Amino acid sequence: MEGNIAELGKYIGVGLTAIGMGGAAIGVGNVAGNYLAGALRNPSAAASQTATLFIGMAFAEALGIFSFLVALLLMFAV
Amino acid sequence: MSDQAKKSGGTGKVIFFAILALILLSIFIVPTGGEGLSFHPMDQFQIKPVFGDGPIHWYTVTNATLWMGLTVLGVVLLLIVGSSGRAIVPSKGQSIAELTYGFVYKMLEDVGGKDSVKYFPYVMTLFCFIAFSNVLGLLPASFTPTTHIAVTGVLALLVFVFVTVLGFVKNGATFLELFWVKSAPLALRPVLAIIELISYFVRPVSHSIRLAGNMMAGHAVIKVFATFAAIKLIAPVSIAAIAAMYGLEILVAFIQAYVFTILTCVYLKDALHPAH
Amino acid sequence: MATETHGATESVAGMPQLELAHFPNQIFWLLVTLVVIYFVLSKIALPRISSVLAERSGTIMNDISAAEELKLKAKDAENAYNKALAEAKAEAQRISGETQAAIQADLNTALAKADAEIAAKAAESEAAIAEIRANAADSVKVVAKDTAKELIAAFGGKADAKTVTAAINARLKG
Repeated sequence: MEGNIAELGKYIGVGLTAIGMGGAAIGVGNVAGNYLAGALRNPSAAASQTATLFIGMAFAEALGIFSFLVALLLMFAV
Repeated sequence: MSDQAKKSGGTGKVIFFAILALILLSIFIVPTGGEGLSFHPMDQFQIKPVFGDGPIHWYTVTNATLWMGLTVLGVVLLLIVGSSGRAIVPSKGQSIAELTYGFVYKMLEDVGGKDSVKYFPYVMTLFCFIAFSNVLGLLPASFTPTTHIAVTGVLALLVFVFVTVLGFVKNGATFLELFWVKSAPLALRPVLAIIELISYFVRPVSHSIRLAGNMMAGHAVIKVFATFAAIKLIAPVSIAAIAAMYGLEILVAFIQAYVFTILTCVYLKDALHPAH
Repeated sequence: MATETHGATESVAGMPQLELAHFPNQIFWLLVTLVVIYFVLSKIALPRISSVLAERSGTIMNDISAAEELKLKAKDAENAYNKALAEAKAEAQRISGETQAAIQADLNTALAKADAEIAAKAAESEAAIAEIRANAADSVKVVAKDTAKELIAAFGGKADAKTVTAAINARLKG
């Protein structure tokens, strides 16, 4: 284990990549929060927009999943 | 009387969750050696032959095959056995079958438009397969086919190829207007066309990896918490965390099936009505 | 690959998802599963559920339209009742009007008859009164003649009947 620079870099890289998931978390929170804000202002229009909410959350989340995937690849496959 | 029944129901629930936690523990923390913790979060995704121990050919019956078969069984149980009564006033099983049907049908009709309804069996197949394999994968000691990129990749590619072919068959060359944003200024259109083209081809990638990644992440996190439960000091916290994650995973299992299906509907709509 | 994951790198198991050797197996069984689910759904489950849903909505529609029909019938019955009521009222009004008119006519004829009788009686009485008056005037003449004759006789004159009568007549006229 000692002196293995490649191993060290790998784990640092995994940690850094995992930070990317925080961005996705912020994004998903933004989507949900703005949806809630809009829904409270106009509750009658909220029900028709739940599909859009989930699509938006899915898109925001997908990028976080990408960074998760990169982290996994770094950790297990590289 | 009813109070007592409620109470006994409550204790029943507590016992159920305790047993569930014990099962989770017994399954997840089998290989804890004496020296330190050993994490095997990815071992649960291993593909093994069900019969014997030979090499895995394309026809070998593996645990993936077994759980896909159980998924088929679940779909048959819910949608065929459940609806076999054909009652005007539905039973419980029939209500669930009808709710599922109505849910997917309404989603497709709302998002994809009236003329996308004829692809309903295909969309329903995707939804049923993903929802059932996600939920069955939450059973302890089970295997989740949807955690594998090979599976979700094929699902997403099927949608991608189907939608692209459908777009060209229905609209001919006008399908390419999907990439030529008419509402943008003329100078920007080539740039936007490149971006749209890239985002179009990233669709199957994100479509498949979203599902596989979500399912994999949840299972791996539960497994990591289960490994921590071997340390006596933090075992209660980690068991509570497993229970919480389990609840979240049940939610995620349905939401991911919903998201996969609704994105399929969105792509279908793009194929049928390419103009923005 | 499989031996490698179970071998030296025990703590880092690797990603089974990237085991390319297992892909054909999964893809094959996935396609089998999807085809089975597709046929199960499109041949049995979906037509059955949609027929049940259609039947239910049909039943509900029928019930609603039956209720609508009954409501219409109730409304018709109410209208008929109201119409009958109005007719009955009109009939009653007509009958009472007719009766009133008949009574009025009877009354009128009775009044006319009474008036005529009264007029006849009055004329009769007038005639009687005139006769009585004439008789009275004659009586006055006779009485006046007799009285005048007697007076003249009492004064010792000889009363000429002719002159007395002429004088009395002239006196009565004047």
